[in-house]
Amino acid sequence: MLHRYLPMTEEDKQQMLQTIGVQSIDELFSDIPESVRFQGEYNIKPAKSEPELMKELMALAAKNADLKRYTSFLGAGVYDHYIPVIVDHVISRSEFYTAYTPYQPEISQGELQAIFEFQTMICELTGMDVANSSMYDGGTALAEAALLSAGHTKKKKVLLSKAVHPEYRDVVKTYAKGPGLEVVEIPFKNGVTDLDALQAEMNEDVACVIVQYPNFFGQIEPLKDIEPIAHAQKGMFVVASNPLALGVLTPPGAFGADIVVGDAQPFGIPTQFGGPHCGYFAVKSALMRKIPGRLVGQTTDEEGRRGFVLTLQAREQHIRRDKATSNICSNQALNALAAAVAMTALGKNGVKEMATMNIQKAHYAKEAFVNHGFEVVFTGPFFNEFVVRMNKPVVEVNQKLLEKGMIGGYDLGRDYPELQNCMLVAVTELRTKEEIDTLVKELGDCHA
Amino acid sequence: MHKDQPLIFELSKPGRIGYSLPELDVPEVNVNEVVPAEYIRKEAPELPEVSELDIMRHYTALSKRNHGVDSGFYPLGSCTMKYNPKINENVARFAGFAHLHPLQPEETVQGALELMYDLQEHLKEITGMDAVTLQPAAGAHGEWTGLMMIRAYHEANGDYNRTKVIVPDTAHGTNPASATVAGFETVTVKSTEEGLVDLDDLRRVVGPDTAALMLTNPNTLGLFEENILEMAEIVHAAGGKLYYDGANLNAVLSKARPGDMGFDVVHLNLHKTFTGPHGGGGPGSGPVGVKADLIPFLPKPTVEKGENGYYFDYDRPQAIGRVKPFYGNFGINVRAYTYIRSMGPDGLKAVTEYAVLNANYMMRRLAEYYDLPYNRHCKHEFVLSGKRQKKLGVRTLDIAKRLLDFGYHPPTIYFPLIVEECMMIEPTETESKETLDAFIDAMIQIAKEAEEHPEIVQEAPHTTVVKRLDETTAARKPILRYQK
Repeated sequence: MLHRYLPMTEEDKQQMLQTIGVQSIDELFSDIPESVRFQGEYNIKPAKSEPELMKELMALAAKNADLKRYTSFLGAGVYDHYIPVIVDHVISRSEFYTAYTPYQPEISQGELQAIFEFQTMICELTGMDVANSSMYDGGTALAEAALLSAGHTKKKKVLLSKAVHPEYRDVVKTYAKGPGLEVVEIPFKNGVTDLDALQAEMNEDVACVIVQYPNFFGQIEPLKDIEPIAHAQKGMFVVASNPLALGVLTPPGAFGADIVVGDAQPFGIPTQFGGPHCGYFAVKSALMRKIPGRLVGQTTDEEGRRGFVLTLQAREQHIRRDKATSNICSNQALNALAAAVAMTALGKNGVKEMATMNIQKAHYAKEAFVNHGFEVVFTGPFFNEFVVRMNKPVVEVNQKLLEKGMIGGYDLGRDYPELQNCMLVAVTELRTKEEIDTLVKELGDCHA
Repeated sequence: MHKDQPLIFELSKPGRIGYSLPELDVPEVNVNEVVPAEYIRKEAPELPEVSELDIMRHYTALSKRNHGVDSGFYPLGSCTMKYNPKINENVARFAGFAHLHPLQPEETVQGALELMYDLQEHLKEITGMDAVTLQPAAGAHGEWTGLMMIRAYHEANGDYNRTKVIVPDTAHGTNPASATVAGFETVTVKSTEEGLVDLDDLRRVVGPDTAALMLTNPNTLGLFEENILEMAEIVHAAGGKLYYDGANLNAVLSKARPGDMGFDVVHLNLHKTFTGPHGGGGPGSGPVGVKADLIPFLPKPTVEKGENGYYFDYDRPQAIGRVKPFYGNFGINVRAYTYIRSMGPDGLKAVTEYAVLNANYMMRRLAEYYDLPYNRHCKHEFVLSGKRQKKLGVRTLDIAKRLLDFGYHPPTIYFPLIVEECMMIEPTETESKETLDAFIDAMIQIAKEAEEHPEIVQEAPHTTVVKRLDETTAARKPILRYQK
């Protein structure tokens, strides 16, 4: 058959068959026993030409209410942020996106250097010593942090704040089943981890304490007060963190976190229905040889020139097999590149400015809700999300907003029975004053 | 003379910016009044200060120091480095796919759900399985997900003693690593001299403690495990499950389906077989397919089709839980779906036929110059051994480095572990005969150089932007970040 991705001509094929010494391509499959040989063709949709398929898939995409057409106040771990246009131009360079893991450093210096720069930026933001080249996403990075803690401390209990993203918590619980870790959830009080409850669960069997900063409700967890509890009995302190917030907030590393993970999606990565995003994983240097995933290191070549290589590979599955620190192989390299470009474009000033703008807009929105008689459920300091109580189910409220071209906030009742009718509202730098005012106006009669 | 590309931090100069944010249009609040002082960052992160052109030049320079499939031939065995169609990239960037929030109301994402559902249906047919989840983010993640489901299946049967996962000595490193993360112990089964799983050894290691056998078929030597039905019988008779590592699926599209070979669980690497792309190391996508008896254990949510449209089903009490926030690497799944729809049934059949034709052609032409440890038809990839050249003082690593001078990415080397001085070559179906011939010529030239001028090979590469790098020092005294 003729296909634009398949270059062999009939003449090529005949010459090649002759070289091999067979009559037909079929003969090359003679080692597949008849009993398992698939006969005929797959019962799947027939091929479409490029223009036909473009048209069909464009129509399919148009069935969705995308964030370019709708005004979104939905966050909950995934955010609609400014993506510098340059990001897509860089990651569209096919020398990057059509390469694989840089196993051959001499022809992969571009990727390796870009990742080395990414690692540095993550270290800078989190205040940690070492960051790896990426994980699948924030949730699996957090789960691997729990596993690393358990392996390192040889303890089996994980204290997980209920103010951590519910889907992250679910992933931690799934991973915990492998090595048989016990996951104990710590309740929250006024929107942050309940320190008394945490203290009560703390004992010498605890491998780690996990909190999120800012947490799922947008609240700024008191890391300073949590750290001594986490460390008192030789457990580890794990913090999941939105890296954009760290443009303004004191980094977890400064509060003594041992492992900081999260998702770099706020930096240059579209929401794309939840993935691919970009997990990051950063540790104190004591854990350098236990970190999961790829690490890029600086070295020199035979002539003394600076160069970069994958390093400390003795941790990894392709060397250590069943003794590896993790099974991760493919990661999110292209998205790490996107995040690095966005962090570079924003730079030292832009990250702070953008993070500050999130605080400004979210606080303006919060005040607007308060002024319209809404109850803002938690009263502590927050970043770009806060919780508002409605007088009816959030699903109904969001239905009404949708008709006005808006995507409302997250329905917390889905995960927290005690927060029925409560909406988690996210306000990023992209939301205008007018959009915020419209939201509050449209919700006018929904206050409890 | 090659010049270093400075680090982006070294290009930084205070006072330059590369961004464009809107003016603040709300009344300003003092951050000090809403965030306690100890939680306000004192020192700014040392991120670069550069202009937009600085950034573009920097990354363009870096891209020129990188080899991708679009740069040249990339026969990296087991990685299926085929052409990455450009339509995939365009489709994945449609606003209706790229800019969807995962937690939007279901009625606003029907197009996305339809695509996911239809992709699952296509993958079911392609693998011969009864259900598919798109949640795993990559192949290794799929392996672990599949093993967790097998574990849950056994436990649901009250069977808590199945603690072992069997993997062949040719298996990808991820197989034993995934088994460990899923809480299993790994047992290795040997290969025969013909490069296939040794059935006697399999019978020896299988038992009431067997949870599963993980198998790649064709295996990493590029050989089809022709005793697959017998192996399935041995494992199933002992109460174990059969796991298919889909890394090599490109070899058997329309020729043999894992579901028909007796496999219970399958993972696919959409970034390999279905043109993901590879992204410099990811993101991938590792959907998992299962037979009916494992459906209750699929991670939640699943995507279902109801009378009123598509929906997520969270009400799955036996599910292993979530393996990832949200629903998988949707953006990669969009690309894979676009590819499958571009190929159709006859196209996918041709993919495998040409992938296998190309591999056999290369194998036959190179057999004269390099040691061919398994002399039989291969599937989409084959292994050569450099032991003939090793006697001349030229290692497989040297051969790989010499290939760089010809503008090629070398094959996978020193894997599988059971082949001395191994080179694992996978040409894929998207390469022309001219490309294959040119690569073969380069390999022949290198074989001759090994005999006549070994130093040319031993000192390679000669033309790359850096020469061989000191990996020992990199590991002994790690420098993992830039510091002023």
